[in-house]
Amino acid sequence: MRAPPPASRIRPADMLRIRCPWCGLRDETEFAYGGEAHIERPPDDSSDAAWAEYLYFRRNVKGIVFERWQHARGCRQWFNVARDNVTHVIQAVYRNDEPKPPVGDGEERL
Amino acid sequence: MSGSQPLRLAAGGRIDRGRPLGFAFDGRPYQGYAGDTLASALLANGVRVVGRSFKFHRPRGVLSAGVEESNALVTIGEGGRLEPNVRATLLPLSEGLRARSQNAWPGVRFDLRRTADLVHGMLPPAFYHKTFKWPGWHWYEAAIRRSAGLGPARSDADPDWYDACNGTCDILVVGGGPAGLAAALEAAETGARVWLIEQDREFGGSVLQEAVGAAAEQNIWLVGIVSRLQSMPNVRLLPRTTCVGIYDHGVVAAVERRSDATDGAAPILRERYWRIRTRRIVLATGAIEQPALFANNDLPGVMLAGAVRQYLNRYAVACGRIVAVVTSDDGAYRTALDLAAAGVTVAAIVDSRASANGDLPQLARARGLAIYRSTHVIRAEGRSRVRALSVAPPDSSPVRIRCDVVAMSSGWQPALHLYCHAGGKLRYDEERKCLLPKEGPEHVRVTGAAAGVAPSIPGVSESVRGRTDTRRHPSGEAASRSWVDFQHDVTVTDLEIAVRENYVSVEHLKRYTTTGMSIDQGKTSNLNALTLLARLTDRSIPETGTTTFRPPFTPVTLGAIAAGRTGRFYRPTRELPTHELQVELGASVEEFGGWQRPIAYPRAGEGLDAAIEREVRTVRSAVGVFEASPLGKILVRGPDAAQYLDRIYANTMSSLAPGQSRYGLMLNEKGVIIDDGVCSRIGEQEFWVSTTSGGAVRIANWLDEWLQCEWPTLRVVTTPVTSQWATVTVAGPKARAVLQALATDIDLSPQAFPHLSARYGQLSGFECHLFRVSFSGELSYEIDLPADGAEDLWRAILAAGAEHGIAPFGIEALMTMRIEKGFLHVGSDTDGATVPDDVGFGAVVRKKQSDFIGRRSLSVAENLRTDRMQFIGLRAVDEKRPLIAGAHLVDKTTAGYVTSACHSPTLGRSIGLGLLRRGRARIGERVRVFDNGTECVAEVVPPTQYDAEGARLRG
Repeated sequence: MRAPPPASRIRPADMLRIRCPWCGLRDETEFAYGGEAHIERPPDDSSDAAWAEYLYFRRNVKGIVFERWQHARGCRQWFNVARDNVTHVIQAVYRNDEPKPPVGDGEERL
Repeated sequence: MSGSQPLRLAAGGRIDRGRPLGFAFDGRPYQGYAGDTLASALLANGVRVVGRSFKFHRPRGVLSAGVEESNALVTIGEGGRLEPNVRATLLPLSEGLRARSQNAWPGVRFDLRRTADLVHGMLPPAFYHKTFKWPGWHWYEAAIRRSAGLGPARSDADPDWYDACNGTCDILVVGGGPAGLAAALEAAETGARVWLIEQDREFGGSVLQEAVGAAAEQNIWLVGIVSRLQSMPNVRLLPRTTCVGIYDHGVVAAVERRSDATDGAAPILRERYWRIRTRRIVLATGAIEQPALFANNDLPGVMLAGAVRQYLNRYAVACGRIVAVVTSDDGAYRTALDLAAAGVTVAAIVDSRASANGDLPQLARARGLAIYRSTHVIRAEGRSRVRALSVAPPDSSPVRIRCDVVAMSSGWQPALHLYCHAGGKLRYDEERKCLLPKEGPEHVRVTGAAAGVAPSIPGVSESVRGRTDTRRHPSGEAASRSWVDFQHDVTVTDLEIAVRENYVSVEHLKRYTTTGMSIDQGKTSNLNALTLLARLTDRSIPETGTTTFRPPFTPVTLGAIAAGRTGRFYRPTRELPTHELQVELGASVEEFGGWQRPIAYPRAGEGLDAAIEREVRTVRSAVGVFEASPLGKILVRGPDAAQYLDRIYANTMSSLAPGQSRYGLMLNEKGVIIDDGVCSRIGEQEFWVSTTSGGAVRIANWLDEWLQCEWPTLRVVTTPVTSQWATVTVAGPKARAVLQALATDIDLSPQAFPHLSARYGQLSGFECHLFRVSFSGELSYEIDLPADGAEDLWRAILAAGAEHGIAPFGIEALMTMRIEKGFLHVGSDTDGATVPDDVGFGAVVRKKQSDFIGRRSLSVAENLRTDRMQFIGLRAVDEKRPLIAGAHLVDKTTAGYVTSACHSPTLGRSIGLGLLRRGRARIGERVRVFDNGTECVAEVVPPTQYDAEGARLRG
């Protein structure tokens, strides 16, 4: 996982650009958004409530969110992004097989 | 001053007197000079009334000299080049320009609709929304609509073009006045790539308001810095370009005006939309002068003091002959001094402050100008232009000052719209009585007058000084005639009424009174409105707050936003591999699912319906050929391909032997059908997945997503090959005979090549996949080959089929046949809730033991209900009444819908497919079909209305 750049080096040009783990820094228009990351598919014997939770409920965080993105107009690979949804600063980009980075939890706001 | 252009000074200005230009306003001819704007030329010619106000149709004159202009909105151009709401203060004068006033009838000098002004008391804020309650808006709404407003919209196609450009730089400076030029030079000298955008044609900003004199220090400085910047290769200068918005992360939008020409036949590039990505932004956007509030402050001749000065110095235009200056600031004294120096009579300077001891007031006193102190204005007098100013000196009775121009100022408000777009926050400065930047993102810096700071250039001293309480708030009758928002005709009384009705939040006030909501976006009204609201609600200005500034800063044409992506270029055209051949064969081509496809092939003298009917009969009785290339095709390969497809499809694919095909449904996790198609096993570890034409891209993405994100350990590769392989469908009882007439090494006999199987081999010299798949319900072969061979294969097939009466058939014929067969079309016959059991696939899916996408949802209570909408067929009882897709199937209330319908040549009547509650149990019943006010009756039948046993398919 690439460490997030120190705050002083986060320049505006970094933000609406996403660093694809394979292709490097590309413009947002090359990517497709894929919703919340790390959603676990429940086993098929789960309760109706657990299944409904998987289908319909998503976290609503103000702060750092963990999302899936695909480099749809490039290498077509899916990966994950930790982004501050207030300032839009991307804190981390990591592949599906890499662990979730410790970049702080946003407050849960319902 | 000359006879024409009576208010043009004999000398001075930055205009080019060597190039006179003829123009017309409302049909009358006038003259101006190159370098004029339309506004300056009109003023030079003594044209006072240039428009009528939005609501009350009061006569209005030029108010300002810049982007904040609220009154002088004109229409230019004809036909497709018609452009309304052009601000005359920004429009450069050109030879032959024909401009017209707006919102007046019969004309701007005499507008009958001014009667609205007589009844202004009946037209308070939000009167329009109140009229919808009572008495009865139907009979007056159209009249109100017609009588208020701005310019007309064009209805002809725009012959000109627009484009878009992307740019990248290190530092973007917005505003080419003294502060911006200095910032640009400083940045450029570090070697950074610097762009400087300026809305005017010339750089200079406030320097252009100074008197032109060859020795003037400011001008020398200006000429020097501009030529220095022009010489630097790392600097890009973009005049005539307005920055309209700052978006997240250093993306800035700007619109460059490439040409203003309104005549000439050849299309021209009119505007360019810039999308600039930059690391740092410097905002040197200057400040906008604010009007004073007094009765009739909207009369023609009442103008902003800085504008009067700019017309004088830059355009050599005296706005009138006797000027009264109203101010609460030292800056407006410059206007008085410059007017006096140019020989224009300054009637008086009316200063609301008790003392004015700065350099400028002292100069004014020295020059002998009359100055009233602690004096406020009661009203401006005049009917269609200002003739006098009535003022109230302290300890004295009101004085009437004769004048034909009032140069007013109640201070300056820095232009901070872009700063707010970028996320900057504002604070109210008590000393300067305006909003200033407080804090913002680190990559944005505000400088110069926009930051409330005077630029340090030689000869110009600080203009904005502290004032005492300045913005007097007129009351009573005067309040109803004191304009806050000129463009939307909002008065002080309107704000009082809004507050009385409890619209005390600034967001509510704005929307209730519409102040600040017109195309000038409150540039000359927001600050006064805010101050008034604070006073009326007994709050401080910081407590009252401001509304949010959003892009665009000034109106942007749709042309610039579209930047050429219109008409043919709105969306990329996708043509079939055999497109030219289809056209040659007489196809009627239309867009269908993103592709240009043959609808039918009408012959000479044949209507479309007759052609469709003929094509259906041909396929059912002989043979037809169809262009099926848009059908989605995805290769799925690997050791785990079979297991993977079992998880993707609701039914089982792993049990297919190589060479076998099976129809399958794909569901989403909610159990809803998202696509259907035939899946063929073409090898031990190779599958050919076929999707609907509309789902080709969507399903390819779906497969990819599940593989990468949920099941990354499966050894599978998916490859979309939709465009690489053309698909030719040969269908009909004679289809086999036609293919056998072509050279082939494939055994086409029914035993060797049964229905729903796949073969690979030579056909007419091409390596092809052949799939026995049928959407028409007849014996049918889908032939897939590399796309560049498709045309030759078509010709070979047409030749071989000639003796059998082969004919090409189009989409409509295919749809008719599939409806006769009851074959579903996902997305037409299914909706966002349809699950496999609804379409009769329940048993197949329930048998499957292994997990697949959507499986868990199928046992959720909602999906097990017995009253769900089920897929059925419909047959019109009256053969003359057509069924229409979208019609409702009605009992006491809607029980279902007709989802597909056609005239069936085979069955001789209108038939359809539909979704009906408990549909399967109702087969045999009749149901009412309701469509848009008409009704007919249909019989509920099984979906397959033709060849129910499928004997023709399997032949």
